[in-house]
Amino acid sequence: MQRSLFAALAGALFGAGLLVSGMMDTAKVQGWLDVFGAWDPTLAFVMGGAMVPMAVAWRIAARRQTSVLGTALPAMPAQRLDSGLIGGSVMFGAGWALVGLCPGPAMAATLLNGTSGLVFLLAMLAGMVATPALRRALTARGDTAWTSAR
Amino acid sequence: MEQDWIWGLIGGLMIGSAGALYLLMNGRIMGASGIIGGLVDGSERKAWPERVAFLAGLVLVPPLLVPLYDGFDAHLTDSLPLLIAAGLLVGIGTRLANGCTSGHGVCGIPRLSWRSIVATVFYILAGAIIMAVARHLLGWI
Repeated sequence: MQRSLFAALAGALFGAGLLVSGMMDTAKVQGWLDVFGAWDPTLAFVMGGAMVPMAVAWRIAARRQTSVLGTALPAMPAQRLDSGLIGGSVMFGAGWALVGLCPGPAMAATLLNGTSGLVFLLAMLAGMVATPALRRALTARGDTAWTSAR
Repeated sequence: MEQDWIWGLIGGLMIGSAGALYLLMNGRIMGASGIIGGLVDGSERKAWPERVAFLAGLVLVPPLLVPLYDGFDAHLTDSLPLLIAAGLLVGIGTRLANGCTSGHGVCGIPRLSWRSIVATVFYILAGAIIMAVARHLLGWI
């Protein structure tokens, strides 16, 4: 119950922050990526602002064994640069540029973006559902391009 | 317009505080694509109540705040091919990369996770290149 309460609070604050920051406006997000047009630096201020409390939180987390509600704090993932990380990020960046939505703002605007927003969300969810099979197919092919140790 | 960066900074501090809360209270990384992705692909069913609670807060709160603004407009395209292609790319891409703007950008970079730094560089570079091509060369957007 407590876990759900704090999760809902975090989600609410995330959504409020996305709205206040202007990042639910696809024109501002596309403006950030449009370095050859009317470039809009707002996203850099959003990212920079968001990193400050997160950096503090990671420093606090480093001195603890578990979270306040008793879960083990997430371990640092293996630092391997693989084709999924690179290829996936390139695909994500391409989709992000085409309509100016990433998963957070897309979900935050579920009730605000009308039919267009729902079409994007359904396509995004379909992509997410299809990914495990796609990942297995790529692995079966022995696709380990770009793989390197840190 | 001139105050956009101030609102960006304030909103950013709120987003980062949300991530800090989720990390320190629940012990989870606030990654939007991971929270929804683990639910819909069935890979992370065990922690579903807190994921659903997070998404409920995320989906329900912005519409409650929108009346404070005079006219929210997402300037979202109504082109079906663009929406479907972009949705698929974002869905598959973020899951293959294990993160998006929130998980890799907001949470991973301040942790100095090398993977998150690389992911963020690649999705911003790819986004800028696709923007240049799709908007200035092809005139699609």
